[in-house]
Amino acid sequence: MSAIAIKNGHLIDPSAGIDAPRDILLKDGKVAEVAAAGKLKPADGAQVINAKGLVVAPGLIDIHVHLREPGQGYKETIATGTAAAAAGGFTSVAAMPNTIPVNDTPEITRWMQSPERGASVRVFPIGAATRGSKGEALNDFAALKAAGAVAVTDDGHPILKDSIMRDTLAAAARVGLSVIQHAEDTRLTVGASMNAGPVAFRLGLRGMPVEAESGLVERDIRLVTELRSDKVHLHVAHTSTAKAIAAVRQARRNGLRVTCEVAPHHFLLTDEHVGHYNTNCKMNPPLRSAADRAAMLEAILDGVVDAIATDHAPHASHEKEVEFERAPNGVTGLETALGLCLRWLHGEARMPLGRVLSLLSAQPAAVLGLKGRGSLTEGSFADVVIFDPKAEWTYRAAEGKSKSRNTPFDGWAMQGKVRWTISEGRIAYEAN
Amino acid sequence: MSPAPVRRKLHTPPVPASPFPYHPGSLLSVNDLSLDELNHVLARATALEKQDPLTRDRILAKRRVALLFYEASTRTRTSFELAAKALGADTALVSNLSSSIEKGESLKDTGLNLRALGAEAIILRSNSSGAAWLLEESTRLPVLNAGDGMHEHPTQALLDLRTILAHLRGGTTKVNEKTLAGVTVTITGDILHSRVARSNALLLPRLGAEVVLCGPKELLPEVAASEGPDSRGGVTIERDFEAALKRSQVVMMLRIQAERLAGLQLDLEEYKAGYQLTGERLARLAPKAIVMHPGPIIRGLEITSGVADGPQSAILEQVTHGLAIRMAVIERALNATALKSAPTSVRTSSARPAKPASRKGARA
Repeated sequence: MSAIAIKNGHLIDPSAGIDAPRDILLKDGKVAEVAAAGKLKPADGAQVINAKGLVVAPGLIDIHVHLREPGQGYKETIATGTAAAAAGGFTSVAAMPNTIPVNDTPEITRWMQSPERGASVRVFPIGAATRGSKGEALNDFAALKAAGAVAVTDDGHPILKDSIMRDTLAAAARVGLSVIQHAEDTRLTVGASMNAGPVAFRLGLRGMPVEAESGLVERDIRLVTELRSDKVHLHVAHTSTAKAIAAVRQARRNGLRVTCEVAPHHFLLTDEHVGHYNTNCKMNPPLRSAADRAAMLEAILDGVVDAIATDHAPHASHEKEVEFERAPNGVTGLETALGLCLRWLHGEARMPLGRVLSLLSAQPAAVLGLKGRGSLTEGSFADVVIFDPKAEWTYRAAEGKSKSRNTPFDGWAMQGKVRWTISEGRIAYEAN
Repeated sequence: MSPAPVRRKLHTPPVPASPFPYHPGSLLSVNDLSLDELNHVLARATALEKQDPLTRDRILAKRRVALLFYEASTRTRTSFELAAKALGADTALVSNLSSSIEKGESLKDTGLNLRALGAEAIILRSNSSGAAWLLEESTRLPVLNAGDGMHEHPTQALLDLRTILAHLRGGTTKVNEKTLAGVTVTITGDILHSRVARSNALLLPRLGAEVVLCGPKELLPEVAASEGPDSRGGVTIERDFEAALKRSQVVMMLRIQAERLAGLQLDLEEYKAGYQLTGERLARLAPKAIVMHPGPIIRGLEITSGVADGPQSAILEQVTHGLAIRMAVIERALNATALKSAPTSVRTSSARPAKPASRKGARA
């Protein structure tokens, strides 16, 4: 495998505590050397990338994406979804199991990682917790893990039964897997298509109360507490409510292994953005009130949030061009996450760049225990994003790499333009 | 890295005021009508009602209006159809039970096909909130919202207004912010599922009326008090039906929408004890109030037969007012179209209504 030398760039590697000019040599898919500017040992035949004026950082990691394969290639394929990931600076994505069929077997888990899928970046499948994600019989977690699964979840079909969730947490802990819960007590959200509150009432739409999320988070934390094992790890997906964040915060104070992620749309948008039934603002959990949105930002700034994850959920345009209540949930996110985080978290909220990048790389790697990812220390995977932190640009969904266009951020101003994305030593994306 | 302190508030781009410019002839929400437009509609309703039917039917002679009904309807459908025909327009009815909608055709495609067949305006009744916006965005035709899910029913609010004006303000067609000052309108019953309540709560306070919403918690959540045209208020909640009746000049009763209850259990005997409009309650608490109901009425549930058929009832007058209002809004819809296209040109799919500057969404 060829080598790449990245020269003249400014390396920000939060987990290694580096925020300084560095040159980097990538070789055989790994980081071979990190040296002071101009001090890299000469490497014959290495492609040289001149990163002058650019930030060099660990490739971004999105631990919550829907790649739609197998089964729904008209929305997205592993190839197009990972191309979108690469364009957005991501080098690793964790793919949810709500495919058709559900990813509840080692065969499907392996199929998703097969070279024939044409992935531009590393795909880490997340296995279904129960057979067919029906919330009844547990899958073989050891076998899923052996096939490459990095966590288990029933995602959009949250595990409501206490006994099943307890068994899932315990069984996953035994094989060293995290349990991800899409926290929604679906008994409280029947027929609902947006956040409960004044906006839903005005629009004549049934609302999902915040308690549908926080109640299940609280229940799950109680189960983690009862299991009394530090091997048990609960990860709360796409947290959207102040109440759920408060529960996570308290669980952490109590020393429990409970982590959480927040999606960009939940710290940037509110239920008012549904506007006149904009189906590109329909997702689950839904856009919440201004107070909940503010709580997401607070939690990010205060370090309660472990990861920014996009919940990239592509849908074909014909599926979204329907009555709001009939439209499927979900928005794309891979191509906007970095631009939004740099613009809003770093640029506007003034969060240090290293902390923003950590939420998009080192910390999500730690949540799922992805070894050798999220850092550029020697020996790590050669997963790199090189971006111009000053570049301002306007996102146009129609120009994206994803097969789908369902984004609430079409036309938004972004900051930070990805110039190269390198996945395991290969250039996965290069801006033209 | 910036040494400045972290900011804990983000000022993200504002919500677009409207995602697309509406057709000037559309009536999606009662909020679409300015006071001037409201006066115009009321004046035209009266003028058209009085006009000789033999000259009236030349106004829209051979123009094409489609009625697209995804929900059962008696009054609204017939009233729109008769209104269009009274102006000379050709009407075509498409209902979900006898069309390709049953085969899975989408609202967008149904609308585009109606446009291809020459429809110049579409009157839409849908069980999905917001459907009228989708149809307008898909077809760019004037769309008249004849009820969308639990959201709005603007022509019902207009005909209710006309009924109220006929009884309390001598049938005036000139209204302003104070026209209904001192008038309390109590809307009682299944507010949660009611598009009629929402449209009235948006419209009547703009003319100075006080709208009181009344019903049990299951059918009237506290959040309903936030409904209303703006922060001026004008919408309040009163759980005690008798207290509400006592202050009312207008009593509007609503049916319990069994088809939308979604598993909600309601004790009907208890409901009747608390909220049924009986002759005894009316005589004792609101002997001069006018009684209204958008229909269909369920006799013996929200209202007794005696009240429905009694001297205070304006229920059938409402239906008649509906015909006049719908003539006016159909005329408005098609005249706006005519304004937008050159007299001899045929409207093509690329034709777009002009973008009114005030409606342009401020997109980031």
